[in-house]
Amino acid sequence: MAFGPHLLLAVLEGLVTAAVLSLTALGLSLVFGVMRIVNVAHGEFFMLGAVLAWAVANALGGHPALGFVAALVIAPLIVGAVAWLAERLVLSRLKYNPESTIVATIGLLYVIQQLALTFYGPEARPVAPPFSYRLSLPWFGYSAYKLSIIAAAALLLIATWLVLTRTKIGLTMRATQYDSETAQAFGIPVGRVYAGVFALGAMLAALAAVLIVPISQAHYLMGQDPLLLSFIVVIIGGLGSLRGTVVAAVLIGVSDGVVSMFFSPTLAKMIATLAVALVLVFRPQGLFGTAPR
Amino acid sequence: MSGQDKPAKIYALHLAVLAALFALNFVLPAYYHGLMARILVLAVFAMGYNVLFGYAGLLSLGHAMFFAAGMYGAGLGVVHFGLGVPLAFVSGLACGAVLSVVIGLLALRTSGVAFMIVTMMFAQVFALSLIYFAAWTGGDQGLVIPQTARMLNFGAVALDLTDPTVRYMTALALCAVALFMTAALVRSRHGRVLVAIRENEERTKMLGYDTFANKLVAVTVSGTISAAAGAAFALLFGYVGANFAGVQYSILPLLWVLLGGAATTLGPLLGTLVMYVVTDTASSFTSAWLLIVGVVLILLVLFFPKGILGTLRARWLGWLP
Repeated sequence: MAFGPHLLLAVLEGLVTAAVLSLTALGLSLVFGVMRIVNVAHGEFFMLGAVLAWAVANALGGHPALGFVAALVIAPLIVGAVAWLAERLVLSRLKYNPESTIVATIGLLYVIQQLALTFYGPEARPVAPPFSYRLSLPWFGYSAYKLSIIAAAALLLIATWLVLTRTKIGLTMRATQYDSETAQAFGIPVGRVYAGVFALGAMLAALAAVLIVPISQAHYLMGQDPLLLSFIVVIIGGLGSLRGTVVAAVLIGVSDGVVSMFFSPTLAKMIATLAVALVLVFRPQGLFGTAPR
Repeated sequence: MSGQDKPAKIYALHLAVLAALFALNFVLPAYYHGLMARILVLAVFAMGYNVLFGYAGLLSLGHAMFFAAGMYGAGLGVVHFGLGVPLAFVSGLACGAVLSVVIGLLALRTSGVAFMIVTMMFAQVFALSLIYFAAWTGGDQGLVIPQTARMLNFGAVALDLTDPTVRYMTALALCAVALFMTAALVRSRHGRVLVAIRENEERTKMLGYDTFANKLVAVTVSGTISAAAGAAFALLFGYVGANFAGVQYSILPLLWVLLGGAATTLGPLLGTLVMYVVTDTASSFTSAWLLIVGVVLILLVLFFPKGILGTLRARWLGWLP
């Protein structure tokens, strides 16, 4: 294959990564933005979404599309419920102290990971894609499903943006983010908003996982890379900024796709992580964020 | 803080603990004897972590890189350069010290949550580079240090570090040195400044202390003690592996310190010991030891944030260091 088509393939693969990554990172960014806590278990919600997608599709049988659509609805709901419960039982009792919540979410990470290993097992299992049409480009064939992931992620991002900016729910969330004490004084149930945001963040990660699981199998350790990449995206994009998150996800996704196509993936990850750590050290507000108030 | 200052009582307590550990060498059955040697080395890692987390109040999520720097500094020195045991240990210490100064200079520009994430990311880069340079480090497989290279020669006397008793005593000696070093450190002027920084950094700065320099010293001391544990682990147990640089080995010292009691000198040792006893007991009926780690972490922050010795000190034993 010539260099041009090779690059195109790399960019396409990168865009698929970017689509999934922007959803996952948005979940992390919302939780940090509104609640001011870092959820280290975010990657495990992603993994739980993929594992549940497999369980749902496997239990239903029949046409792959049926199982996939069912998974797309059921898996995020269950993950959201788990997150809601964790928030009410643990995080809210810690009064959202940054250090205690980080330790608690690390604990949650291990609990979810071990439960997945115990009940799902160490195998990597695939979920059949809802359709297997192959788009034939002049240079190579490309899975139409992968392209539909990009479209689906774009739709979900727009939907989230609309909810955040155009609805009462979004207004409540933004008010809580801006000043939780004043929001409370104006009768906003801050505790419930926090629980909702935490569940929503987890659901976004689970949705992203259901979308990706037909092309990369479900495995109990699959949450680690999305967690790290989401951190990277959220930091580069600036915390709590939706636009920054999407721009950073595309930047990281595509450059990751291109670099891992031509160089070693380990090297790509090393350079990206180091670069981001240095961004955090020297420009803590992110590349696109504004300085904190 | 401890209202009363009773140095004699404090040093007597530390000596009693070490004497008890010395006596254990002669009564423990073989399996527990080996486990205990491992716990003693890992407790040194926890003590190093405690200097930064307990006293300076800086939560690092990347201490595995310091442990691994010591481990690889010693291990690679033996395997590639044929260093003897003492030089390999020094090489591990030096690697840890240099790395911790560099990381400290960078990471201390941030604070709070950013500090945790930055340390985690640097540790991730370190772990990935161990895998990337597999030709040198053995990658995921790690490297085995041959028994012939693990001999300590003092003129005519040769000590074989693979011998259980020698191994236990070496681990205990290291543990004792680390224990008295941290005990002396926290009673020193520098230790008091660290506690002041933990309680209120702005006020400490206002009183004229250079908080950055003090924190940098804390990161370096903490990283170097952790590296000493890593180097000792490599030389005593003969294995160097990339999994010791993983996230899990950054979380474990946090868990041990939290459990035993942050900002207590004996807490890290107690926490490591208790956690190993718990997982070892539990392993007879379940293999889900990560579940135990997770549940203990959550329960600790929810109901028991001061840990075992921290609670004892707050309730009854105010003099406890």
